[in-house]
Amino acid sequence: MSLLEVNNLRICYGDTAVVDDVSFVVRRSESVGLVGESGCGKSQTALALLGLLPRDASVSGSIRFDGAEIANTSQRQLDEIRATRISIVFQDPMQALNPYLRIGQQLRQILLQHNLARGTDADEKVIAMLARVGLPDPKQQFHAYPHQLSGGMRQRAMIASALIARPDLLIADEPTTALDVTVQAQILELLEELRDDTALLLITHDLGIVAGRCERLLVFEAGKLVESGPTGAMFAAPASDSMKRLLKFAPRIDRGAILPPAEGKTVLSVEGASVSYRDASHRELRAVLDVTLSLRQAETLAIVGESGSGKTSLVRALLGLIPMHAGRVVYAGQLLEGAVQTRAAAQRRDLQLVFQDPVSALNPQMRVQSIVSEPLRVHAGEQTAQVRLARVVAILKKVGLNESFLHRFPHQLSGGQAQRVAIARSLILEPKILICDEAVAALDGSARDQVLELLRAVQRESGLSIIFISHDLAVVRSISHRVAVLYLGRLLEVADTALLFSEPRHPYTRALLDASPVPDPLVPTHAAPIKGEVPSLLSPPSGCVFHPRCKFADGVCSDKRPLLREIAGVRVACHHAEVLLKHP
Amino acid sequence: MKWSAGLLLFVLLLAIVGPWISPYAFQDTNFDAILRAPGFVEAHYFGTDEFGRDLFVRTLLGIRITLLVAVVASLVSLIIGVSYGAIAGYVGGRVDAVMMRIVDTLYALPFIFLVILLMVAFERNFLLIFVAIGAINWLDMARIVRGQTLSLREREFVDAARLTGVSTARIIFRHIAPNLLGIVIVYVTLTIPQAILVESFLSFLGLGVQEPQTSLGSLVNGGVKQMEAAPWMLLIPATLLAAMLMCFNFLGDALRDFFDARHSQ
Amino acid sequence: MMRYALHRLLWAIPTLLLVIVLAFLMVHAAPGGPFDDERAPHPDVLATVEASYHLDEPLPQQLGRYLYGLIQGDLGPSFRYPNYSVSELIGHGFPASLKLGALAMLLAVLVGVSAGTFAALRQGSLTDRAVMSFAMTGISIPVFVVAPVLVLLLAVKLHWLPAGWSGSAGAAKYVLPVITLALPQIAYIARLTRASMIDVLGRDFIRTARAQGLGTRSIIRVHALKPAMLPVLSYMGPAIAAILTGSVVVEQVFGIPGLGASFVQGALNRDYTLVLGIVIFYATLIIALNLIVDVLYGVIDPRVRQQ
Repeated sequence: MSLLEVNNLRICYGDTAVVDDVSFVVRRSESVGLVGESGCGKSQTALALLGLLPRDASVSGSIRFDGAEIANTSQRQLDEIRATRISIVFQDPMQALNPYLRIGQQLRQILLQHNLARGTDADEKVIAMLARVGLPDPKQQFHAYPHQLSGGMRQRAMIASALIARPDLLIADEPTTALDVTVQAQILELLEELRDDTALLLITHDLGIVAGRCERLLVFEAGKLVESGPTGAMFAAPASDSMKRLLKFAPRIDRGAILPPAEGKTVLSVEGASVSYRDASHRELRAVLDVTLSLRQAETLAIVGESGSGKTSLVRALLGLIPMHAGRVVYAGQLLEGAVQTRAAAQRRDLQLVFQDPVSALNPQMRVQSIVSEPLRVHAGEQTAQVRLARVVAILKKVGLNESFLHRFPHQLSGGQAQRVAIARSLILEPKILICDEAVAALDGSARDQVLELLRAVQRESGLSIIFISHDLAVVRSISHRVAVLYLGRLLEVADTALLFSEPRHPYTRALLDASPVPDPLVPTHAAPIKGEVPSLLSPPSGCVFHPRCKFADGVCSDKRPLLREIAGVRVACHHAEVLLKHP
Repeated sequence: MKWSAGLLLFVLLLAIVGPWISPYAFQDTNFDAILRAPGFVEAHYFGTDEFGRDLFVRTLLGIRITLLVAVVASLVSLIIGVSYGAIAGYVGGRVDAVMMRIVDTLYALPFIFLVILLMVAFERNFLLIFVAIGAINWLDMARIVRGQTLSLREREFVDAARLTGVSTARIIFRHIAPNLLGIVIVYVTLTIPQAILVESFLSFLGLGVQEPQTSLGSLVNGGVKQMEAAPWMLLIPATLLAAMLMCFNFLGDALRDFFDARHSQ
Repeated sequence: MMRYALHRLLWAIPTLLLVIVLAFLMVHAAPGGPFDDERAPHPDVLATVEASYHLDEPLPQQLGRYLYGLIQGDLGPSFRYPNYSVSELIGHGFPASLKLGALAMLLAVLVGVSAGTFAALRQGSLTDRAVMSFAMTGISIPVFVVAPVLVLLLAVKLHWLPAGWSGSAGAAKYVLPVITLALPQIAYIARLTRASMIDVLGRDFIRTARAQGLGTRSIIRVHALKPAMLPVLSYMGPAIAAILTGSVVVEQVFGIPGLGASFVQGALNRDYTLVLGIVIFYATLIIALNLIVDVLYGVIDPRVRQQ
């Protein structure tokens, strides 16, 4: 018998339906994946199941849970079901937990509310639950505030709150999107391990997450359920165009063409770069330490790393947006130094940056035409307005936007269009080096694919060199010639793309690869490859910064900082790289 | 919002042209016509006070002076607040920390009492009122502009402009200032009633505008003294003052909602 | 937590010193003295008076003398009533003002917070709009308008309540002054509470609490009230200053022999030492209460404490 039965669900805001005519079932103890691009109505559906939609939303259709109708039911009845029968884990635990209440109080309140325990008994149950989700020292963490926990620990606490009343159905809405990839693997594993016979509805934009974990799939597009069925069959023979597109645009770390190493001469080299910050309490944070890298003509060098890896600090420092405390940058035989305003015009023109968030990168008060032409005003002041306009039109065409976009404001553009406008602005001065800082991270499937294709095309035509910063190894695989892996501000490995993906030398690189989800149910899901999370920059581990999380670490690793050395064409900073190469 | 703006505009026009349509001058006394009730007889539309001065003309003069003080004081606070806030926000770092610490400290000061002290010490100098009121109200403006500038400076389009070589001046005027405009307009609109309140408070106590000049605050004060014999002397300026304050507050709220909505788009 | 409180205290002391020096210099930089006007006494008398107030000494010395006295609670004699010391006059007026101010503050917080929360929970309803219209009226009508109009209506015309202070007995005499003083603060606090409650209720962690089946009452009590009160708490400093300012008017209009009334009298008489003394007294009060508010803020918000 099905636990949850949704029939003809329709959610409207005013006259616009964000979810329309959706019907599906979830059976007891089953795990179901709900996938679709952002804005497809998947989260709205999840909120509707718990009666959590904002007041201006109107819901019609039927939601039957365990035989009882719960769509448009009374608040009181919903409150009885919530947490005890259906519970939910949200995307961002920093927002979803109350910052003013201790973790323990937030969990205990659930038990008190539903009369499941009281007094010290409740406290003990909470502590036991915190222990089950893997919070170290749960007695201590009972009294912690959310901001005192790391991102992964916060999400564990969130899961504890969702499971403490032993619900029959757990909804997880993008539960790992805000987390690093190595932590994502741990959280997904934890969900699987703890849920026992609780049914799971896992909502995500990432096919890789549901591929090895869910028995059945639901695919949403533009508010409609377009396909559903057993996971294996849907991957093997997708019926709907949506599923086909999702599959086509899901980048994979295990297949697809890899670019051969670039042969050009070196255009940019970074030698021994270090960047430090001071936090609010004036403590020094070493965001980047002693990084040496070079970039060739017409090469795409990817820099990968999780949060706190220093990848953004590194490029901001080399561009002169923040000071570099040690080391030097040589471009075209000349030293690049000082703040960006003090650099020679030619140097500024030749290095351009594309940001992660195109909405933030475009001035909301300016039209596309002024945004894209502004660099021309600065660098070629004598040009007439017509000449400038012609160049703007030409570059927009190159990034795939026609003249009708000239007079639009940023808020009138989609994410992909906005990012192409930002790229047009960066390319209009015909730079020699383009730095892309997570430039496709905010984009979905086809929009991401178009931007990647655009970058490849520009590189083929003009010999542009690209530094491509990303946390997503699958994307990196498809665009880069060479990859550098950063961890806690240190460079751990630099290798040609093919080599890095086939024979990772550093244990961390290997962990990153193992943790990256593959959108294919036939590829076995790895157990979470490494434990723990990225340590604080305030207290970096001694010796090799990776040693506390490394299963190969020994005494040397905690004592001595490994230097970057070359082994069979790969530069790697690990004391045990040779040994590891022989024991995959 | 339309109602508030319309009413304010009407009051403003009346204050400008009103004195011309009345046959009386604001300082003329007439002891044959003291404490006359409002009416169309002899064109004492708002009645007369205990010296037989025409209250219609005096009230309009009061509105003029009240508005003048409020607008000038708001401009003073606008100039100080915006430049202080923008500098703190744009420069950032230690300069910002020190500048904002100063603002925090000033917040804790009992300004209104210091202003009264100033008025006592410097003999109710008219010019001083502008400066003093402006000096009270710039703190809010500085905080808001600083916060906004700080967040704008962190926005990536400013970095993008720096990278393409756009000059600092152009960044400030082309990229930051237009994005500040909305919030500044809102807070100027909300500063004006604050300034009106302070001015009329001082005048009510007899520490602001001095006889025979007048402001709405002084008129209310005069009205309180005669409220049993001539309640109109209290009720007319009091109602006008309250109505003006309410219009400004409504306008400010409506503008804030408008810009908030646009911001969140 | 202790460090945080201590840190705040360390900032309060120089702030207070700043006010004292500023106020002192302001008075002494004034053109002409209190005896310069037409009512000035004979030059010989003037000389002895100036000497007894130490006006003949250089300014830094006077300031030093004043500060030294201040530490011992001595604010010097009044300029206009040389038989009384400023401290005595303050001690005489403060109890009535304190009672009035404390009652008004209590009323403002209780009514303002309840009305604001009520309106936030019924956002857009008729009740909400009524509360907000009232609040808009409340912040727009100055105390010095409300006070006389209420006296005119309720006391002079309708004789419901006593208009003055002396002569009338019991609690009735407090009703009008306290309401008048509290009214604008009720309005401000109601607006603040409503806005902040709506903001908090829209945050993700409230949605989490709803998903946990907590029900409106528990959500408000356990999750929303604390963060929603933070802006209200921040407003307590300005509210205290506003109540003190308002008390100046209210005491004047209702004829209450409090500190505010002496302040206005002193200001109009140009009783320099009295006005200076009261400003410093008020400043100390405001800064001390602000300090308490700051510390309370740290108690509520765990993230503030850590900095």
